[in-house]
Amino acid sequence: MSKVLVVTSGKGGVGKTTTTAALGAALAKAGQKVVLVDFDVGLRNLDLVMGAERRVVFDLINVIQGDANLAQALIKDKRVENLSLLPASQTRDKDALTSEGVEKVINELRSKFDWVICDSPAGIERGAQMAMYHADVAVIVTNPEVSSVRDSDRIIGMLDSTTAHAKKGDKIDKHLLITRYDPQRAARGDMLGTDDVLDILSIPLLGIIPESGDVLRASNVGAPVTIAEPDSPPARAYTDAARRLNGEKLEVTIPTERKGLLDWLFKRRVA
Amino acid sequence: MSGTSSLPRIRLSGRSFLALTLTPEAPLVNWLEALDAQLARSAGFFSGKPIILDLSRVTADTPNLPYLKTALEERGVRIIGIENGDRDWPAVAEWDWPESFVGGRASGEMDVPEENIPPPPPTSLLIEEPVRSGQHIVWPDGDVIILGSVSSGAEVSAGGSIHIYGALRGRAIAGIGGNANARIFTRHLAAELVAIDGFYATAEEMGAEHNGKPAQVLLDGETIVFRSVT
Repeated sequence: MSKVLVVTSGKGGVGKTTTTAALGAALAKAGQKVVLVDFDVGLRNLDLVMGAERRVVFDLINVIQGDANLAQALIKDKRVENLSLLPASQTRDKDALTSEGVEKVINELRSKFDWVICDSPAGIERGAQMAMYHADVAVIVTNPEVSSVRDSDRIIGMLDSTTAHAKKGDKIDKHLLITRYDPQRAARGDMLGTDDVLDILSIPLLGIIPESGDVLRASNVGAPVTIAEPDSPPARAYTDAARRLNGEKLEVTIPTERKGLLDWLFKRRVA
Repeated sequence: MSGTSSLPRIRLSGRSFLALTLTPEAPLVNWLEALDAQLARSAGFFSGKPIILDLSRVTADTPNLPYLKTALEERGVRIIGIENGDRDWPAVAEWDWPESFVGGRASGEMDVPEENIPPPPPTSLLIEEPVRSGQHIVWPDGDVIILGSVSSGAEVSAGGSIHIYGALRGRAIAGIGGNANARIFTRHLAAELVAIDGFYATAEEMGAEHNGKPAQVLLDGETIVFRSVT
């Protein structure tokens, strides 16, 4: 059965696009048919993170306005079978997202894929509303710091009140994904602890993604971290999160890397 | 052709109504009060119904008897007959005494049906979910009870008291509309702002004593006071 998943956060820069790419690739590697839809019209990034920026011809807005059909706009990933991308338009703005147009595209994607993963723009305005409206499942990406947690709380309230499911009186499944988690800073008390975040947001935890240079490196080479460095701690955490999304019961742990003493000293000095 | 044969035939058919017998008792003032109370619960019960007034339980010198008939008519009671009294009593000399009916069978005592009066609206509001950042609950009619937490950036306003079984991290505004006796209760005080009847305290003014602990907030004169919940 096909599921529409929205990756959202309220706050910008917490890792929505990275998470969309990494979770999507992990689900596709597990054999699911996955499409990633970039809703950040005007500030598109998902094509870059997926390394598909040089292959974009048509985009979501073209499909909504009937200038192109889905088959023309979908970009198939070259590394992972079953993984496609529907890019956003960079030249338009979010007002071009009409409710009817988005509904039509989402319904068509539902019939073709197991997972329709919508990468939400930051904020709580039209773009974010459109991205979440048709969702069956939401992944709320949160950094362990107060402003991100409060914005996530706001978004959870909107997921419970403004989505299509909410208007029918249902609740959608909401999962918390904590990203950019630094165990050392958490131990020093510089960061909100996982328990505090869970206590405030009171939704189930999907995973904890450790802060890592691997994520940044992967983005820069245009590959989701689950493809570029599948054995790195963040990739392992994303892969486990994808398995939990598929209904597997796995204990949440924080994958860490073994660090040499020099490595640690070096890191301390630049920090 | 004769004159009589051109007149139309008079059509007669039978129809029966159940006439109600109303039996006033002395003292009449109390009896009318009871009748009014009954009418308040089932308004319009007597409208359109034929009523026979049974005077068996009053006597010629019952106080206020002269005014009974008018009092009943004012309440929409349509008297079609009077039984068991005497039209020669001086007290009823003014009454327009209707012709009595013949026949009639008693059909037992009746209860005035009570209308389905809707229960009064609930005065408290129960919320089973957390109140999230950006949400604003306003309940001027009474208390608000929240089973979850009130997040930072959320606001709850109540005409009465506010009871929060989770943490209070946002704003709680009790006693809106001027209820100085309203209170705020929470299992974990970490509020951004609390207010009762227009007097408020921000997080900065709260002091650390009750921070993160179960607490209640009340108004003492014009001062917001924090106390532990004992």
